[in-house]
Amino acid sequence: MKRFLGFVKKEFLHIFRDYRTLFILFGIPAAQILIFGYAVSMDIKNAGVAILDLSHDEITQKLTDKIISSGFFKRTENLLHYNDIDNVFKKGKTKAVIIFEEGFGKRLYSEGKASLSIIADGSEPNVATLVTNYTIAIVNDFTMELAVPALNNSIRIQPEVKMFYNPNLKSHFMFVPGVITLILILICALMTSVTITREKEFGTMEVLLVSPLRPIQIILGKVIPYFILSFINVLLILALSWFVFGLPVKGSIILLLAECMLYILMSLTLGILISTVSKNMQQAIFISLIGLMLPTILLSGFIFPIENMPKVYDYVSMILPPRYFIVIIKNIMIKGTGLIYIWKETLILIVMTLFFIGLSVRKFKIRLE
Amino acid sequence: MQNVIESSGISKNFGTTKALNDISFSVNESEVFGFIGPDGAGKTTLFRIITTLMLPDEGEIKVLGMNCTTDYKELRKNIGYMPGRFSLYQDLTVEENLNFYATVFGTTVEENYELISDIYSHIEPFKKRLAGKLSGGMKQKLALSCALIHKPKLLVLDEPTTGVDAVSRSEFWDMLGKLRQHNITIIVSTPYMDEAMRCDKVALIQDGKILAIDAPQKIRDGFSRKLFTVKSVEKYKLINTLRKYPMTLTAYPFGDSVHVTFINDMVDNSLFDYLIKEGISDVVVQETKAGIEDRFLELMNKTE
Repeated sequence: MKRFLGFVKKEFLHIFRDYRTLFILFGIPAAQILIFGYAVSMDIKNAGVAILDLSHDEITQKLTDKIISSGFFKRTENLLHYNDIDNVFKKGKTKAVIIFEEGFGKRLYSEGKASLSIIADGSEPNVATLVTNYTIAIVNDFTMELAVPALNNSIRIQPEVKMFYNPNLKSHFMFVPGVITLILILICALMTSVTITREKEFGTMEVLLVSPLRPIQIILGKVIPYFILSFINVLLILALSWFVFGLPVKGSIILLLAECMLYILMSLTLGILISTVSKNMQQAIFISLIGLMLPTILLSGFIFPIENMPKVYDYVSMILPPRYFIVIIKNIMIKGTGLIYIWKETLILIVMTLFFIGLSVRKFKIRLE
Repeated sequence: MQNVIESSGISKNFGTTKALNDISFSVNESEVFGFIGPDGAGKTTLFRIITTLMLPDEGEIKVLGMNCTTDYKELRKNIGYMPGRFSLYQDLTVEENLNFYATVFGTTVEENYELISDIYSHIEPFKKRLAGKLSGGMKQKLALSCALIHKPKLLVLDEPTTGVDAVSRSEFWDMLGKLRQHNITIIVSTPYMDEAMRCDKVALIQDGKILAIDAPQKIRDGFSRKLFTVKSVEKYKLINTLRKYPMTLTAYPFGDSVHVTFINDMVDNSLFDYLIKEGISDVVVQETKAGIEDRFLELMNKTE
């Protein structure tokens, strides 16, 4: 036991002496949360629209004002001809052009309907979809307002949409759990795989092997310091998302932290497994980054819903631990569910952890090759 | 007297290259046993087999009476190993390195301090310095202290003097000599022939084969011919000219002179005539006693 503690102490010394490690451990998660939270926002704010008003009447004026004053859009230009549309998009500031047909207001009153076109810049599909959706919503709203004073008695169904759990559809709700999932697996796997391969590269592993330390002691000695630090990291990320984005944890915080511990442990053992198959630090970094980061971002359901993927990717993502953790963390943080709804995912993570530990201890070489 | 290492017919292959080929030797208790040979001779591989880090493909080896393959756990407690690259944690201080190795081997620095005091006292003033910032000689002393801290019965040193200055090298061998009082058996490898004389016994090793095993004095005495040193200002030209001389058997550079053997084991006037004819007139020729290196080269030529 004393041997083991001596080993753990040495690991802590390594970490605290290396500023880069500390930076990766604490700086990157904080930066990621802020970057994903602010910069990679999926919400629209002040998107540029140009107006081509061929009617110029009271109604078009009102509707334009309503669109511009909504806070989602800002007017970039007023166009005069259809020919200007291409040009205004090329300038890049305008995301959509709204066109009112000739005699818009007159037709609306006489025929009860009028046309309005929305032309969006399709080179940015996400923004285009959002801009059109927002505009349609505003136009619908406007029609309703007009319809009431006109006392139009025709039957009308008006759907009222409400987003449960996330009424304003804020993207932080999606990113914070995603970033926690991504960061924990990346940092834990990367750090442990690097520290072990570093011992191989510097030749200190040779002496550790000749020492009476058992493989399990070496492995645990590597895991424990990073376990503690990663846990502090989780607390840091949660605090950050609470203070900066006001994202609360709806469910039990104890359960959330316990699940995080499980996930950290799983990631650490995965890192050890990576180190047993890689010969040097470069290889370990490469496997951890490429092998974990891309699949986690693309296939775990972090950004792109798994339901919409081709079946093949669905099966591939089943072996990715982040897929399960993201369900767990979203459920606890945003929906506030208890263990009853996430016991399956939890069980899968436990099994994966045990599998990785078993495999690492078995694959850990007691000799050189 | 018990044999600390007993090896018979060890072979180890890496793919198609034979790193070790039928190696047999035995090391007595409290002996300083040296393996002398150039880089790539197989010394490191042999030491890794002795320290249970590798398994031999063929042959049997017993260290401290234990089998390297099956009793490795017990054996590892009794070996102090210093690999070729000093296995120190560069980002830990001198003191931290030593404490770490002490705890890992289940002991404390205080417990065995008298064993390492001779060596460690040299670097103790720098104990707060990071190991990565030490000079080569100091790193070597620290690595030796770390390997000794658990009072091993067998100390295995892989090229401990490579990359270390001449003064530190000499000091280092003095320290090894002193360790004999503590009943520690030492096996050490080195590419430097001059260090062979400081061992009790040496094995000359080349291309994975042992050329000779004996006390260094006896290895020198095994040289079969008369050896002459030939000196001239133009050493390079001298070697080439001597090699063309019909009576020359071998001519090798040695320091600032050339070591030469002749077919008839004697120097006569025809040599001087020949050299003057070739334009070398300032030669000084003396008979000399063969060193380990001369014997090594002689043995190497025989096997080829």
